[in-house]
Amino acid sequence: MDRVDSRQKVTGAAKYSAEYELPNMAHGILVGSTIAKGSIKSIDTKRAENAPGVLAVLHYQNSPKVPGYAQEAHPTEPKPAGKPLQVFIDNQIHFNDQPIAIVVADTLERAVYAARLVKVQYNVDEHATDFDKNVPKAFLPTAAKRNPKHGLNDYTRGKEDAYKNEALKIESEYVIPTEFHNPMELQSIIAHWEAADKLTVYDKTQAVIGTQNAFAKDWKIPVENVKVIATFVGGAFGNGLHTWPHETAAIIAAKKVNRPVKLMLTREQMFTMVGYRPHAWQKVGMSATKDGKITAITHEAIGQTSTYEEFTESTLQQTRMMYTSPNVTTRYRILPLDVSTPIWMRGPGEATGAFALESAMDEMAYVLGIDPLEFRLINHTDKDPEKNLPWSTKYLKEAMQMGAEQIGWSKRQLKPGQVKNGEWLVGYGMGVGTFGANRGRAKVKATLHKDGTLVMQSATTDIGPGTGTAMVQIAAQNLGLPPEKIVFELGSSLYPPSPSQGGSATVATVGSAVHAVCQTLKQRIAGMVAGNADTSFKGATVENLTFKDGYVSVTASPSARLSFADVLKQQNLPELEVTEESSPDASLRSKYSMYSFSVHFAEVQVHPLTGQVRVTNMVACADAGTIINAKTAGNQMIGGAVGGLGMALTEGGVIDHRFGRYVTKDFAEYHVPVHADAPNISAAFVNKPDLINNPNGTKGIGEIAIIGVAPAIANAIFNATGKRIRELPITPDKLMMV
Amino acid sequence: MCQSKFPNPDLPEEKSGSSHSDARRTFLKQSSLLTALALAPSAALKAAELKYEEKVAAVFEQVKVTLGINGKKQKLSVEPRTTLLDLLREQLHLTGTKKGCDYGQCGACTVHVDGQRVLSCLTLAAMADGKEVTTIEGLADGEKLHPMQEAFIKHDGFQCGYCTPGQIMSAVACIREGHADSEDEIREYMSGNICRCGAYPNIVNAIKEVKNGGQRV
Repeated sequence: MDRVDSRQKVTGAAKYSAEYELPNMAHGILVGSTIAKGSIKSIDTKRAENAPGVLAVLHYQNSPKVPGYAQEAHPTEPKPAGKPLQVFIDNQIHFNDQPIAIVVADTLERAVYAARLVKVQYNVDEHATDFDKNVPKAFLPTAAKRNPKHGLNDYTRGKEDAYKNEALKIESEYVIPTEFHNPMELQSIIAHWEAADKLTVYDKTQAVIGTQNAFAKDWKIPVENVKVIATFVGGAFGNGLHTWPHETAAIIAAKKVNRPVKLMLTREQMFTMVGYRPHAWQKVGMSATKDGKITAITHEAIGQTSTYEEFTESTLQQTRMMYTSPNVTTRYRILPLDVSTPIWMRGPGEATGAFALESAMDEMAYVLGIDPLEFRLINHTDKDPEKNLPWSTKYLKEAMQMGAEQIGWSKRQLKPGQVKNGEWLVGYGMGVGTFGANRGRAKVKATLHKDGTLVMQSATTDIGPGTGTAMVQIAAQNLGLPPEKIVFELGSSLYPPSPSQGGSATVATVGSAVHAVCQTLKQRIAGMVAGNADTSFKGATVENLTFKDGYVSVTASPSARLSFADVLKQQNLPELEVTEESSPDASLRSKYSMYSFSVHFAEVQVHPLTGQVRVTNMVACADAGTIINAKTAGNQMIGGAVGGLGMALTEGGVIDHRFGRYVTKDFAEYHVPVHADAPNISAAFVNKPDLINNPNGTKGIGEIAIIGVAPAIANAIFNATGKRIRELPITPDKLMMV
Repeated sequence: MCQSKFPNPDLPEEKSGSSHSDARRTFLKQSSLLTALALAPSAALKAAELKYEEKVAAVFEQVKVTLGINGKKQKLSVEPRTTLLDLLREQLHLTGTKKGCDYGQCGACTVHVDGQRVLSCLTLAAMADGKEVTTIEGLADGEKLHPMQEAFIKHDGFQCGYCTPGQIMSAVACIREGHADSEDEIREYMSGNICRCGAYPNIVNAIKEVKNGGQRV
């Protein structure tokens, strides 16, 4: 089935957050700091204020106060381990390009011009932005220090660091640079105070309700007085999971000028103001027996964070549960630098960790002289070795088999550098990915109208996977109504609550609530027809009725049938409305371990003289439970593969440490994959339901689509060249220097 | 000051793309004010304070342009620094054309100017004077979608949809230019249009289908 919103997207009718027309709208432009650490000595705004069309220039000295900012934790509560950056509260600078002022003008051009006229002088402190030089400052996250049971604590299963005493072992260090989400839509907001205590925002966010709550708290106004609209979101990949300083800056500005204010970040600001995947150092030690049984893994990681907030992610999770190893040790630390705070980026943590783990698997297999696919099959686990629980479902072996066939794994030679295509060296590699098959709590309201159409609503979002499409299909299947008669509305805080679109959980979470409303609707319809004058329906229950094509019929005698519309008409009902909430079953979650699994295969060609790498074929396979829509799910897998290709070969943030400022600040310096980089990519699904997870049998796709891709490419490059590059991105210079 | 830069008194007000649609109305008032300024230099001291600069700017910093936009002739008054992209989005509310970088690096703002694909963020509105601009909103024939729009839907050539208008405008031009003869050629000539969701293979399939289908694009 095609996407339900495809026509809007191909005609330009889809409205993203900066595209709403409000009367008397003003434009805001942020001014960023030009130092990485220190304080503002003076800020001269006179010229900017006098520039044509300027309505206000706001900064820490004159900004309206955000009432919620002042709220500190109770003295008896433990001091929080950092907090998000608050805008315009003091003269302190924590990172380069920190928003320090907003210029508001009546037109965009005038705001842009005036923003350049703001002159700032600083007291400069020495900054620390160089990861390598500051590694000794890394520490165990406060959350882990406070709670010995916290998952970020050091972990040992079996014997600690057992690989060290083994004969057959590898020990390698891996580095990934800072990577930026860079969705195509710039982060944007229109802030509109409809009354002194009533705020509406058209905001680029993955979390409608989370944003609503955050702003209600900030401004100390009732939650229902904050309206958040995010009907279309132009990609996000995680950077819409947080409320950011620019959003509050726009809201402050709208308050001050008493007009709606539109603020769209510049592409440069997308590198400094809305998070990123943190730079990380990792080390993996692994040992195995001659016949390929892993005996021990130690995996250590240090991830970058800011000085004002502790950002953590589950970098080491896959290592704890993916393979049979009796001895596993993990250690996780964070390193605060004078940079902005990271935020989860697609496959957060796991994508970083999988680069190290799955590269190490390839290195170990090479040492053993075993095919890396065979090596993974030898160490396959039929239960979760970390939690010691059975999997809800796990069809990773099937996925591996599908992928190996499709990529032509049999062409792969154990010894690197054996396969050639003209001058080019050809190599094959694989990488496995996993991510928790998460599910949260969501509510869906469904209204069956007398014309037989169904309208559902929930405050979830669609950042690209096709949420509305999947929900319409789930309802169509469960209610027996053609999809063209169903509408799913999302992206508004006026709808029943749903969690943020993150952690690959939307279909499992919201889809379960759609399933629930459909069951309730069927019961209500059954109740109505059972008491019907038409005696053939007498005693009807959901179980002995068939719901199909918008009709309800008695299964045993299908000639007795009524359209949903007629059922309502007979009852004299203009509509039938039901709202259902669905939550995961906690008891099942304590009995089973629930994960999605993926395996990625890459075929690359490397030019031996130039070090140029071409990915020539990719196959992305997933065990993601039931596939609701093969087209959109496949697209998501393909997209994750393209993202992983960028991670492997092109993407990396570079800071000029003299200034603590990124030199990669647009698409000319920070290279995301373009058409010419992306080969044919096929996606394949095992497509077997996980009914323990949720009634639709789905497991998430978003994260596993990228987790394991970068190591698959790195491993393929090794197979082509014999060169093992452990620092991403694998650019030609690195390949030529080995 | 060149006469042509003055707002055109014949211009119907509702067609003005400027947000200062009252410019013409206040022009006479302001020009006499300018005369007064010239005659009494001391008054200039107070000019900044009274935001005269702004008023002067509103009168003089406008360029009269005539653009064909999606087949409709529009007489507009724009600032010389206004890009075609911002004119479309902010003044004409044709938001189908997207801003993704403002540097000509991402292709989200691709439109057709006199039939050629052009990055509207790198084009000043004034440079498009007298030209025909086609945006994504003008590609379909009424309710009937353009074959490229149909193909993007069929092949799911997008996810979030933000780069899509630019991809489609570029794809149409790519075929018209004769740069869609092979997958590799399509990839090369579409590389100015970034899709961060990574729907590239589907986009290539959509373009291939339209090209091979031989429909008029």
